[in-house]
Amino acid sequence: MHEMAICESILGILKDQAAKQQFSRVQRVCLEIGPLSGVEIDALRFGFDVVMKDSLAEGAVLEIDETQAQAWCMPCGGTVPLKQRFDPCPNCGSHQLQVTAGEEMRIKELEVD
Amino acid sequence: MIQLEQDILSKNNGYASENRRHFADHGILALNLVSSPGSGKTSLLVRTIQEIGGDLACNVIEGDQQTSADAERIRETGAPAIQINTGKGCHLDAHMVGHAVEHLSPADGGVLFIENVGNLVCPASFDLGEAHKVAILSVTEGEDKPLKYPDMFAASDLVLVNKTDLLPHLDFDIEAAIANARKVNPAIRVLKVSARTGEGMGAWIAWIKAARAMALAGHETLKAGE
Repeated sequence: MHEMAICESILGILKDQAAKQQFSRVQRVCLEIGPLSGVEIDALRFGFDVVMKDSLAEGAVLEIDETQAQAWCMPCGGTVPLKQRFDPCPNCGSHQLQVTAGEEMRIKELEVD
Repeated sequence: MIQLEQDILSKNNGYASENRRHFADHGILALNLVSSPGSGKTSLLVRTIQEIGGDLACNVIEGDQQTSADAERIRETGAPAIQINTGKGCHLDAHMVGHAVEHLSPADGGVLFIENVGNLVCPASFDLGEAHKVAILSVTEGEDKPLKYPDMFAASDLVLVNKTDLLPHLDFDIEAAIANARKVNPAIRVLKVSARTGEGMGAWIAWIKAARAMALAGHETLKAGE
């Protein structure tokens, strides 16, 4: 359960950006979260509202873009989709996979006043 | 609308980079020890420091939600230790570790063990600036643990399978546990140890010394002075 800490990191970035880019209210926060990032989306949504209370982003809309996980399969020599970390390659069954996407945990954009 | 494309943990990662630079400048090998509560991390660390003896300077950062009991156990070995209480937090972050390093000022060319909070979930996401994460899995846990907590085993370079002295009394299938860890992370190294009997400790100490030799690359003066 480190979603609270993640929400606090988001708030820290919002405050830094507010000072840098001269805004006082955040209306919408768009995140990009990968299925392998270790983030529980429901817990993140819950934590977001709690952490943003009494801040410049109180009541802000949280939009989450959930990305797809992918890996490079060494025996196949190609990119394959992945649901979870320990899944075998859907083509050859190998576990010799290098995760190439799905660990994202990014703030993509903000709507501010 | 502001386009940001900023990593949510960028602040932590910034502190982690500062820590990593400090360790590199001082030839310090930093190891982040992660596990569930009760895997025997602190006992293993005590035994490790005893076995290293005078060969290397050992320093320890202990992370726990509460109490300084673990740091006291470490100090009994003679190694300097500092306790971080995370309070409500479930993991150490790079900022806490940076402060602890300032207070502890670990010896140049030595080993810094960072014993993370007993938790196989959250510490996986927080880089502390360490050279390696070392996961400790005890044989009294399930062999499916690497599959249940894949992020931690994916982030670790080495697994120590601890409490092997208990194997005769358990149904734990050690080879299945290792196979599961390799499903998540095909490159992970595995060593079987018992902090109680000392079994496998030699290989673990050899691994530490090899990793420390890597940390010393480019520090000819430190190497010559050991």
